[in-house]
Amino acid sequence: MTSIISVQNLRKTYGKTVAVADISFEVAQGEIFGFLGPNGAGKTTTVECLQALRDPDSGKISVIGLDPLRQAQELRRRIGSQLQESALPDRIKVWEALDLFASVTDKISDWHPLLEQWGLAEKRKSSFAALSGGQKQRLFIALSLVNNPEVVFLDEMTTGLDPAARRVAWDLIRAVRDSGTTVVLVTHFMDEAENLCDRVAIVDKGKIVASDSPQGLIASYATGVRVLFSTDKPDLAFLEKVSGVKNVTRRGDRVEVEGSGPLLALVAAALVEHGIVPPDLRVEQPSLEDVFLKVTGRAVVD
Amino acid sequence: MRTLTKLTWVEIKLFIREPMVVVFTLALPIIFLFVMGGVFGNTPNPEVYRGVGAMNYYMPSYYGLVMMAIGTVALPLHLAGYRERGILRRLRASSFSIWTVLGSQLLVSAIIAILGSLLVTVLGLATYSPDLPENIPQLIGAFFLGVACFTSFGFFLGAVLPSTRAAQGIGLILFFVMMILGGAGPPPEVMSNVMGFIGDITPLRYVILTLQNAWLPGPDFDWYTSASLITVGITVVSALLAAKFFRWE
Repeated sequence: MTSIISVQNLRKTYGKTVAVADISFEVAQGEIFGFLGPNGAGKTTTVECLQALRDPDSGKISVIGLDPLRQAQELRRRIGSQLQESALPDRIKVWEALDLFASVTDKISDWHPLLEQWGLAEKRKSSFAALSGGQKQRLFIALSLVNNPEVVFLDEMTTGLDPAARRVAWDLIRAVRDSGTTVVLVTHFMDEAENLCDRVAIVDKGKIVASDSPQGLIASYATGVRVLFSTDKPDLAFLEKVSGVKNVTRRGDRVEVEGSGPLLALVAAALVEHGIVPPDLRVEQPSLEDVFLKVTGRAVVD
Repeated sequence: MRTLTKLTWVEIKLFIREPMVVVFTLALPIIFLFVMGGVFGNTPNPEVYRGVGAMNYYMPSYYGLVMMAIGTVALPLHLAGYRERGILRRLRASSFSIWTVLGSQLLVSAIIAILGSLLVTVLGLATYSPDLPENIPQLIGAFFLGVACFTSFGFFLGAVLPSTRAAQGIGLILFFVMMILGGAGPPPEVMSNVMGFIGDITPLRYVILTLQNAWLPGPDFDWYTSASLITVGITVVSALLAAKFFRWE
């Protein structure tokens, strides 16, 4: 794998607060790499150091072969940034902002397709202050892409977007990746990390506690499968003998079978054999959320 | 260079779209022009207005007033607001340099000052028939020296004032004190010693004296070397302080 970003032993403190304790990782060219973690875990500080917006206390950083400390301007020109906290002048129009930010690159950059893709075409003559939260957010994502960056950093990019717009944003970011741009994503949304990222680093208290593809993380940390159904038949003892089943719990008619392996098929077969055909039989695969609980010992809190 | 041109053009449009700064930089000097011209006309009185007609005195003063409004109201408000709201941060992340950001503001200040001064010139000449400027090259020199001085002063205020509110408060106080006591208000000859002293420590006093001496005819009004040197000094000190205290966020 060709690394486009390489970070070794990054550390950043603010006074006595340790924002980033010790973080090392590599990002491969052309992948979507996600930082997942609760607020205050050090995700934003880490990516801000990579974007030459903060100076680390110690550690080695290389982004597209550049050192953010010594080659900040060239780096900023060649990457894209969508920041968590930033704004535009109230009275700047959408098209003016895109036109202005496109001017930082010498590459040929046509911002008109971005207007269409990010649903801003009808708002092109609106001033920034007149945009809704979601429109502002989409404009910031469009601005981060307007200079055809080699790497784009997106910090909580779907905050403020409605569910439909989130899905569209994910598809568009996949398309950005497919066109060759490396994407570094910061998020505290489990579904976003699981759906969008090629690799995820789970960050907690300034350290990376686990890192792999979402499927890899789930396979290593969360092996359990749950099968759920309802029945009014009282005797379910036979389920305990089904291969792979570890635990059967019952609350009224609701039954939950925990275990591993091809649990759904085996449980279904056993149920049919005993004349039980529940209409709501379903399986819950382990998710990144289970991984997160396991490696950090707690759930993400907004 | 392309970035500087684009940013300057956007900033000019933003300037024109901001009612408060348009009122202070472009409208107020014209209102004063009509009020003072209507009251005092242009008949010389040896006791006041440096011995020249009121309008001959005020025309170059209002050039200074336009520049001063840019330096005390427009620029500090703009820069402090940009920093407070994260606009500077946004620009920096996209590789806009400090030279591009401040360079565009310098260009906008010069363009707005030219626009405001042209308005003053056209409307003043059309209504109260002041004399035409005596020495155009000197006036152009004094003009750009004044623009540099108040742009630099505005950068300094924008760098040290922590918030939009602070910029608004301090900027407006400085605007009114300078306007009334610094040479664009009542004639300096009628002021008390204290008022005269305060007027003498405002940058506007020296910008106006330099402009007036370029405009007015006669041996009494040669290039004002000491006033122009003080103006240069204020420009340099403000620029150094601005560079020292400038923060992106």
